[in-house]
Parts: sequence; C-alpha cells; structure tokens
Amino acid sequence: MAAESSTHLLVETLAANRDTFLDQWIRVVGGDLQGRLSTAELGRELGELYDSILAAVTEGGLDGRAEQFDEARSLLIELSRSRARQGFTPTETARSVFALKEVLEPALATDEQGARTYLQFARLLDDLALLTTEAYIRTREEIISSQAEQLLELSTPVVKLWDGVVGVPLVGTLDSARTQVVMEKLLQTLVDSDSTHAIIDITGVPTVDTQVAQHLLKTVVAARMMGAQCIISGIRPQIAQTIVALGIEFGDIPTNSSLADALRQALTEIARDAEDDVKGLL
Amino acid sequence: MKDYGTAVATAETVEVTTSSDVVNARQVVRTLAQRGGLPLVHQTKLVTAASELGRNMLIYGGGGVVRAALVADSGRSGVYVEFRDQGPGIPDIETAMQDGWTSGSGLGLGLSGAKRLVDEFDIATGEGGTTVRIVKWGR
Repeated sequence: MAAESSTHLLVETLAANRDTFLDQWIRVVGGDLQGRLSTAELGRELGELYDSILAAVTEGGLDGRAEQFDEARSLLIELSRSRARQGFTPTETARSVFALKEVLEPALATDEQGARTYLQFARLLDDLALLTTEAYIRTREEIISSQAEQLLELSTPVVKLWDGVVGVPLVGTLDSARTQVVMEKLLQTLVDSDSTHAIIDITGVPTVDTQVAQHLLKTVVAARMMGAQCIISGIRPQIAQTIVALGIEFGDIPTNSSLADALRQALTEIARDAEDDVKGLL
Repeated sequence: MKDYGTAVATAETVEVTTSSDVVNARQVVRTLAQRGGLPLVHQTKLVTAASELGRNMLIYGGGGVVRAALVADSGRSGVYVEFRDQGPGIPDIETAMQDGWTSGSGLGLGLSGAKRLVDEFDIATGEGGTTVRIVKWGR
C-alpha cells in the first residue's frame, strides 16, 4: 500500500509541477556544464527525458530496470553518447540525472510520506545515472578503438621515392596487426607503381626484437615473391649491436644505416639491370 | 645471482595480459634505464631483452607481472627486471635455452638472446610458473 501511495504522490507532484521542475533542472544542469551546451538543446533533451520518466512512473512504478523505462533508458544512452563525443566528463554526464534529485528534494521532503517517496525516486535516479556512466564508457571505448584503427592506417604510409623504388617509413611498434597492414599496402603499391625495389626504413622503430625481426623477414619474403628487391634501412648502431647479440640473422637481405644509402643502392641496381637489358637486346 | 628482493619493494609494477602491456612494460624499463644513466646501447639491449621475456611470459605463461627497479652495487648502477608468471612452467629448460629452438612459431631466440643481452640472468621454472630475473649494469 505504502509503495503505491508513494508512486501516486510522485506522479502527482511530477505532473503538477512539470514546467517548474523542468526549468530548475535545466538551470542546475546548465550551471554544471557552464554554457558548453545551448539551453535550447539542453531543454529539449531534459524535457524528453522528464516526460518519459514521468510516463514510466505513471505506468508502473519505480523499477528503473523494468520494461516501462525502455524509452527513458534509450534517451539516456543517447544523451551519454553525445556527451562522451562532445568531451564532457562522466561526472558531468551522471550529474545531469542526479540534478533532478536536488530539484525534487524541497518539494517532496516536507513530511514523512514525501520523504519516503523522495528516497524511492532517488533510488530510481541512481539506477538511471549508473546507466549513463556505463553508456558513456562504452562510447569512449568505441572512440578509442576506432582511433587505434585510424592510427594504424595513418602510421603506415608507402611512398614512391623514385621511379621503380618505393619506401616504407615505419614508426613505432611493429606488431602482427601492423605488419599485416604494412605488407598489404607494400605489395599493392609494388604492383600499382610497377616498382622493382622496396626500402623499409626502421629509423622510427625504437625496439627491434625477435618478433619485429620475424615480421620484417616475412614482409621481405612476400615482396620477393612478387619479384621485388627489399632493402632494410635505418639500422642505428645500438640496434645493430642488439640484433647481433640476440642472434637474429637477416640472411642475404641487404641492410643500410641510412635511407639515402639504401636509395643509392637501389638506384645502382636498377641502372645495372637496365644496362643488362640493353646488352641482352643487342 | 644476487638477491635483489629489497629493490623490488620499491619497484614499478606492470601487469601483462595483452601485447600492448608488453609495450607498456618496455616503456617502464626504458624510462628506468634512462634514469639510471645507462648508455644508449645498454638501454636498447635491456629494453629488447625485456620485450622478449615479457612476450614469452604472455604467450607461453598466459601473462604475468613485470617488476623493474633501479639497483646499485659497488658504485655502479643498473636496472633489475623480474618477470613472474603462473603458467605451466618450462619442461626442458636446457633445450629451451638453445638458439633456434621454439615450441611456438617464433624464431627461437627469445630466451637465449635475452640472456646474451643482459649482464645477469636467472631463470627458475616449475609447475607453479616461471620467474626470470635480469640485471643490466651501467658501465
């Protein structure tokens, strides 16, 4: 009985004071966000939310996980997603919901019945605010993983250095996923630009361990299968010593300390091949 | 190998459960090596060894914990790194330490190569997991 009368009182209060409460709510949240969101937009968001919460409470009580709150929940998830994208903090996002407590407190907490109602409503808002935090974090994770993907794409350019020579300046960590991207791009560029030589520059790779070496070797072997010669450049003194101590063997893959030397070597080879071609024709 | 247990109390700890954690552990070791004033070649060797051992721990030991600390001994300073996993252990440590031997798909140089890259190397393995401890000294 008590629960029902609480719900009843809550619905009555929420419905009767809709405009006043909504106004105050918008003002509190707007104060928190310090003008980073327009009042009109905030008013629309919170208005929709207020109405859907009111409708859900009218229909069937105060369980935030119940079916009646589906609409309120999807509105909240949408709100959290847009807040996360706009760079608001999770606290600011959750506060958007909590602020409604502050608004209702003076109106409800006047007698015992009202206080009980207020507590039940507060519990509902806690559930809903938790939901915003969860949605917020999920959105941020989505953003991070899509940025990681973009970074992967960005950080592996294949550039044409000369007629018949392409270069791959590697920067950062070389893991399996990146090797795959590099290899695909390199092989495709070899075909597209009709190149015979590829220079893989590892000046920007801070650590060359056995995994990196293995990935490099695989890339070189794949390029060779397509008839291209690979040169690895950018081997710094400390990297050379480390590779030797580790016991990695690059076999007959030519390596160079600088990109310039590697390019010179590639051009020399191309010139020699061209000479051979001419001789063969005569 | 000397016991550097006291140093580990103030160590930086990195939990390794994904391959990006290996990169993190590497960064921590690199920062310590720079702070300890190790020359560039030594830094690179230590970081590479940490990379090998960290990845071994991840692939064969199912992840674990890396602890790294600055240590000092008779006037020289160095970096101590410990890799501890709760994996199945290494059944035949003699074979595993050989160049070119691998139970996985790598080059088989991780353990033996890492040992050559550092000044002190100690490995203890059993059914309760594997612990590798390494030290690289400044000069």
